[in-house]
Amino acid sequence: MQANDRLLTPLLRVSGLTRHYGARIGCADVGFELWPGEVLAVVGESGSGKSTLLKLLSTRLAADAGRIEYALLGRGLTELSRLSEAERRWLLRTDWGFVEQNPRDGLRMNVSAGANVGERLMATGARHYGEIRAAAQDWMARVELDPARIDEAPSRFSGGMQQRLQIARNLVTKPRLVLMDEPTAGLDVSVQARLLDLLRELVTSFGLAAVIVTHDLAVARLLAHRLLVMQGGRVVETGLTDQVLDDPQHPYTQLLVSSVLHL
Amino acid sequence: MSATGYNFAYLDPQTKRMIRRALLKAVAIPGYQVPFGSREMPLPYGWGTGGIQVTASVLGRDDVLKVIDQGSDDTVNAVNIRRFFARTADVATTDRTAEATVIQTRHRIPEAPLAEGQIMVYQVPEPEPMRRLEPREAVTRTLHALADYGFMHVKLYEDIARYGHIATTYDYPVMVNGRYLMSPSPIPKFDNPKLHRSPALQLFGAGREKRVYAVPPYTRVESLDFEDHPFSVQRWDEPCALCGADDSFLDEVVLDDAGGRMFVCSDSEYCASRQHAGHTGPAHRAQRGSLAAARAGEVGIEQGKPVPASNDTASARLGRGPASS
Repeated sequence: MQANDRLLTPLLRVSGLTRHYGARIGCADVGFELWPGEVLAVVGESGSGKSTLLKLLSTRLAADAGRIEYALLGRGLTELSRLSEAERRWLLRTDWGFVEQNPRDGLRMNVSAGANVGERLMATGARHYGEIRAAAQDWMARVELDPARIDEAPSRFSGGMQQRLQIARNLVTKPRLVLMDEPTAGLDVSVQARLLDLLRELVTSFGLAAVIVTHDLAVARLLAHRLLVMQGGRVVETGLTDQVLDDPQHPYTQLLVSSVLHL
Repeated sequence: MSATGYNFAYLDPQTKRMIRRALLKAVAIPGYQVPFGSREMPLPYGWGTGGIQVTASVLGRDDVLKVIDQGSDDTVNAVNIRRFFARTADVATTDRTAEATVIQTRHRIPEAPLAEGQIMVYQVPEPEPMRRLEPREAVTRTLHALADYGFMHVKLYEDIARYGHIATTYDYPVMVNGRYLMSPSPIPKFDNPKLHRSPALQLFGAGREKRVYAVPPYTRVESLDFEDHPFSVQRWDEPCALCGADDSFLDEVVLDDAGGRMFVCSDSEYCASRQHAGHTGPAHRAQRGSLAAARAGEVGIEQGKPVPASNDTASARLGRGPASS
């Protein structure tokens, strides 16, 4: 049954998604399908509408037009705007995750690492301290943080560790879809590489579907199955990652690929 | 009250109607904070402007009023509010919990069990239990509307992680009727179990924040906790030094600068009535009259030296606990 569902319907279906900021275009007529376990990278330069798209997907921003449908457990494809606010919040903190570019936006900086990881569990009804703590330690270990530091405040962690903590905090409820906004930006290269490694492993071992917004084509190459290239709020090219990066068709994609520095 | 030139119980009739309407709504939705047009009162915010407006609105000519502050009938706040209503409403006042029909309180629930027909009025400094975690009013209202209270447990988790137990000792958040999270006002958590299925009507007024809320009689009131760290109340190693009670909330009274101290009931009326009934505590049995003198002036059992007992107990507790709001 589960296997059939996974084959028959996409996890997320977006069509005609449009958002204007006054006269300017935030993003226009964006559509794609995301299948379970698939990683989609959205690339483009600053101001191309990547972050607007992610905000629309996470319902933090209301769309002017278009539909976002998500395959709810046991309910099939459902338009998100039809859900009540309570249902939407429940979805966002159980079946979805959102990894912010700046971990300080996604973490509670004034409570311990354990409380950060355990928050979603408590929000969904966990009321056993020992179990919440065990789950938090388990997840800290999975993202390669020292579980002994469970009672330390996130501010005492390095940038890369904070980002891993944020990932643990999001994955603790075993979501099926994770939205990430430039998860590796602002980290130095070696930390980036480790984080990408970790993400790739988590995505494959949990069958996570993910939408990753990035301006870094290397991140897209490593993580994503498919690529969505945006310019001026519109999707200009889409396809398999290797296909798009090795044989870009649209002039803007060609420019983007040729702009990557080679050492 | 033509004699004083004031309306009955100070407030004008329209204001009382407005507050009563808010109170009716509050009773209909237990634990829900109802906004009301808080009036300027002849005492400063933080001294019980919310409680005094609620009392003024529910008080009738036949009511018997008791006012307590930190458990005592004789502290400045209690004396003044009691005198205020004695003058503006000409109602009977009492120290005895059992005789009172309306009890206005700050920081305590009386030890003597409440009965049907009694009304408790609480003075509330901050009605929003989530305020310290979430400063935005719009957000807390949304969280209440959606019953989205998960992150309150984050604070309790943090307490246990840091101190090994839930360190919140007063204003301990409660769930009312399984629906609304409520601040019980800054009563010690010792009093939280008394809120649960109380036969009395419990009204809460916050004057500065302009909110009233209520717990109707026999309503479920549960303190938040974890399964493996259940809610528990404060315990003391010794009974009350004056009346020997081992079931009441005790204040620590510092007696000298050489470490001398004793523990006495915070509810002075409860303590005095027990002593009248012949109960004695360790201080009496040890024949140390000078110790008992610290509370003697207040509870009136023996004529001791004049010691400002009640203010000492209040400040001793405030000094010990976390920052009082």
